[in-house]
Amino acid sequence: MPLLDHLWIIPSLPLLGAALNGLFGARWPKRWVDVVGVGTTGLAFAATLELIREFAHLRADQVPWSKSYLTWIGAGNFRAGFDLQVDQLTIVMLLVVTGVGWLIHIYSTGYMAHEGGYYRFFAEMNLFTFFMLTLVMAANFVLLFVGWEGVGLCSYLLIGFFFLRKSAADAGKKAFIVTRIGDFGFTLGILLIFWVFGSVDYATVFNRAAGMPVENAGQPGVLTSISLLLLAGAIGKSAQLPLYVWLPDAMEGPTPVSALIHAATMVTAGVYMVARAHILYSHAPIAMTTVAVIGGLTALYAATIGLVQTDIKRVLAYSTVSQIGYMFLACGVGAFSAGIFHLMTHAFFKALLFLAAGSVIHAMGGEQDMRRMGGLRKQIPWTYWTMLLATLSISGAPLFAGFFSKDKILFETAVSLYGGRVLWAIALVAALLTAFYMFRLIFLTFHGAPRYDAHATHVHESPKNMLAPLVVLAVLSVVGGWVAAPALSGGADYFEIYLAPVFAKSSALLATAGGETESRTLELQLMGVAVGLATLGFLVAWWFYIRRPQTPEWLAETFHAPYKLLLNKYYVDELYNLAIIRPIGWISTRLLWQVVDEGAIDGSVNGVAHTARRLGSRLRVLASGNTRSYAAWVLVGAVLLLGLLLWPLLGMVR
Amino acid sequence: MFAPIEDLYRLAPELVLCTFGILVMLAEPFVPRKRSGLVAFLALLGAGAALAATRLSWAHPGTAFYGLVRVDDFSIFLHFVVGAVAVLVILGSRDYLEREGLHRGEFYALVLFATAGMGVMVSAQELVTAFIGLEISSISSYILASFRRNVPKSNESAMKYFLLGSFATSFFLYGVALVYGATGTTLLSRMDSASGNPTLLRLGLGMIFIGLAFKVASAPFQLWTPDVYEGAPTPVTALLSSGPKAAAFALLLRIFDTVFAASQLWVWAIWVSAALTMFAGNLAALVQSNVKRMLAYSSIAHAGYILVAFAARNEIGTAAVLFYLVAYALMKLGAFTMVTHLGGEGERRLEINDYAGLGSQQPAAAAFLTLYLFSLLGLPVTAGFLGKFYIFNAALKSHLVWLAVLLAINTVISAYYYLRVIVVMYMREPQKEWAATPIPRAVGLVLVLTAAGTLYLGLFPNYLMEFATQSAVLPR
Repeated sequence: MPLLDHLWIIPSLPLLGAALNGLFGARWPKRWVDVVGVGTTGLAFAATLELIREFAHLRADQVPWSKSYLTWIGAGNFRAGFDLQVDQLTIVMLLVVTGVGWLIHIYSTGYMAHEGGYYRFFAEMNLFTFFMLTLVMAANFVLLFVGWEGVGLCSYLLIGFFFLRKSAADAGKKAFIVTRIGDFGFTLGILLIFWVFGSVDYATVFNRAAGMPVENAGQPGVLTSISLLLLAGAIGKSAQLPLYVWLPDAMEGPTPVSALIHAATMVTAGVYMVARAHILYSHAPIAMTTVAVIGGLTALYAATIGLVQTDIKRVLAYSTVSQIGYMFLACGVGAFSAGIFHLMTHAFFKALLFLAAGSVIHAMGGEQDMRRMGGLRKQIPWTYWTMLLATLSISGAPLFAGFFSKDKILFETAVSLYGGRVLWAIALVAALLTAFYMFRLIFLTFHGAPRYDAHATHVHESPKNMLAPLVVLAVLSVVGGWVAAPALSGGADYFEIYLAPVFAKSSALLATAGGETESRTLELQLMGVAVGLATLGFLVAWWFYIRRPQTPEWLAETFHAPYKLLLNKYYVDELYNLAIIRPIGWISTRLLWQVVDEGAIDGSVNGVAHTARRLGSRLRVLASGNTRSYAAWVLVGAVLLLGLLLWPLLGMVR
Repeated sequence: MFAPIEDLYRLAPELVLCTFGILVMLAEPFVPRKRSGLVAFLALLGAGAALAATRLSWAHPGTAFYGLVRVDDFSIFLHFVVGAVAVLVILGSRDYLEREGLHRGEFYALVLFATAGMGVMVSAQELVTAFIGLEISSISSYILASFRRNVPKSNESAMKYFLLGSFATSFFLYGVALVYGATGTTLLSRMDSASGNPTLLRLGLGMIFIGLAFKVASAPFQLWTPDVYEGAPTPVTALLSSGPKAAAFALLLRIFDTVFAASQLWVWAIWVSAALTMFAGNLAALVQSNVKRMLAYSSIAHAGYILVAFAARNEIGTAAVLFYLVAYALMKLGAFTMVTHLGGEGERRLEINDYAGLGSQQPAAAAFLTLYLFSLLGLPVTAGFLGKFYIFNAALKSHLVWLAVLLAINTVISAYYYLRVIVVMYMREPQKEWAATPIPRAVGLVLVLTAAGTLYLGLFPNYLMEFATQSAVLPR
């Protein structure tokens, strides 16, 4: 079984692409850059398929299959290396990353064709793919962290791809800094893992954790601390409350970047991590509840902001935040496989939505404001139909991919020990809002009368290399959930069965904790409610934007204050600015700059000017200037230090 | 009476360095101006020979000259560090000195003498010997700092360094006197059993700590650093920020590991100093616009990181200090060498904004600098990351959780100013036209060596770490 022994090949392929394009791309013709950039990702996808074939022949006790290639850090009893592993969860993630990633690469050959820095774009996209594959294949927390930081770096570079635009450069910085806040907790979490378990290998950590007692709400312990610290990283990476603020701004990046990094793969890394560390979470009910509550609240919160945004990509950005909230909710209520299922279907339909939005922007010559679109249905039919399918999927229209995954989450939330009525209701309302804002987007963009200058804008359908990925993703957005379809008629949910070995220990634990009572009647009833609400969302959108287009304006005027609040995204950016950024700015400018730098240090610069003028009196100036104050500082420090040292002895004398 | 041959082996690196230093001085008048490269070559040979001599003295462990110096893994490790620093500094200075019209043999001789002084510091077993080593290296570096004689800034820098340095050295010397008064000996090996006056001993050690804290630029004795680093010729700054710092840390470790068991109070003093140093360096670096000054503050911050490992006071901590000193020397030397080259004639291109557009105009230079900055920041796959990791590890082993947290916070703060340089290089349009001068071969060699070292330690730290762990076992 060759590929199973050489797992390293899969991440190496895009790395090779990144290296080739990065080093030689500037001198190569565009065609070669395409071949290398798309080719290596395609090969990685092919390798993944081969890996799945080989993986299927493994015995159950050989999974997770892991290989270690190199010891990277060894210090005392600590060891971390380039260890890769494969299990069913990895397989699903690999398919999403290489499959969807490949389609997006193909799309980019059309979308980015006229942009400068073409080779740089592909080099960075390939590099991103490499880090993302490292992240999902890592067999220890340190390598996971390497991938985690690597994708963050690539995200920063790609958001700032149009770096000449100040907003793009700022957005890149914002993404980097905000996620760093979460990563701080993540780092501490990994350190704590090492401290507690003496290892960072998944196998060791998870096996030992499985043997530890569940830390009930009354007595939170070390597992709860670890889970919460890791969660901080996941919240930053996956743009959940309260660290979601970077994702909408990240839309400054090129649209394929939004599709790949900020919809399909990187932002779901937090969900993957929680699912991967499920055994830690299922032993820490407090952490579970936190995950569920954050997920539920984010799903609702982001959806409300999405209601009033006018930039087509920003609507999708808030929608992504909201949908990832669902995935967290699923993990938080113990339905890890449901969370991963939604991660997969979301990758299909959200990547499609972004790519289609890119196609719209392409057609409109760069326009992103939906208020200046309208009636595009006829001019760009392929884009319209594919985007409509994706919208139906995300809204949860029956038998579409999103329907199965979202329904699963709603059902699990309703019946799980950690879920409950309130979270279920929140998720339902978010589903209603989702249907509304998505159809609002469709109606504003494609229906009604054109609101752009038809003479100035030459609307045109995108080239084939952009449409082909749309079509493939549209098919996946429809059929991608059918693996779970038999469950509807009393059969099996094959996705859940496939992932069951991965989550077996947690499922057993949750079941013994008085877990869920599966009831098909209840599931069908809940499903009916969800579909009904989604339909309601669709109808309201239709009423607002097709039937009575003046309604939204009337609403905005009548309910001015709430509308403003939503339009300004609850003023969270302003709040962070006031509470965090200003004080830091004050400290660094007032205190450090004006007092320390200008007072103590600029004094010496002035001293230099003086010296230059009067070389003769150089020594006098220096000796009577700052040097003396420096010396005084040395003395003050010395007195303090010696005082500290002698304190107890003086106490003895007294 | 002549010293036994074994003793000479144990002092071989210093003997070689001093001999070559004198040879360089003597040769200078006889070498025609046009062939001045020969002098540099001789100096390079000397530094290289010192490394070879270190290998030789490794084969003869033990004490020499009545217990004044000692050859053990610890001193060998640091001899390699300071010797390698000398090699790299000499390689990197030649073109700078030519460019600035400062090419004189003394420069190399002083570098060699300073290195010899550091060599004495790292193997000293006796406090007065340590003091002599400290003075040899300090006085050489005062002169080196003033080497741009026609530039007032350089003179100012040297003068400040000299005045404040003497002030700090006097603390050291007074401390030695007090320790002697308390214990009746200056030999570290005897002090263990000496039961002297605890107050006097503590006071003396406190003063020694102050003297060395000044040399490593830790708070609150760090104020001189930015002025001196900024004013000194950049290759000298590279030397100052790496070699003497390593030697002074070595001396700190040697004295404090040998002399006394860790009293809780000392841990606190070092704890406070480490925390202050990290914040003083990083916060001030945030607002700098001059690259050299920014790197100066960054080296203060790094002294703070090393103090964290020092505060751990265990062998893992000592090993972490040693590893970090190597990693730090590599990335700092690389960064300053790059800054030297980019500075151009008269060191005029030193503002961060002057680097705008470097990424597209001089991609190789920008890539090197980016690597060093990543390493200084501590991103994975670089030496800096593992160095920080080992420090974390040591701090946590000694249950210094809060200090580790402060270290993490400081790393986050430092991301801002390191990344800013990278952003400026790659994402801004150049404001002024800077003539892109090709990188001279010797400078290129330094860059390749430091970059390769930074990456090598980032990928395969084990060999060095094993050596460091083995060297961390100090005789008690």
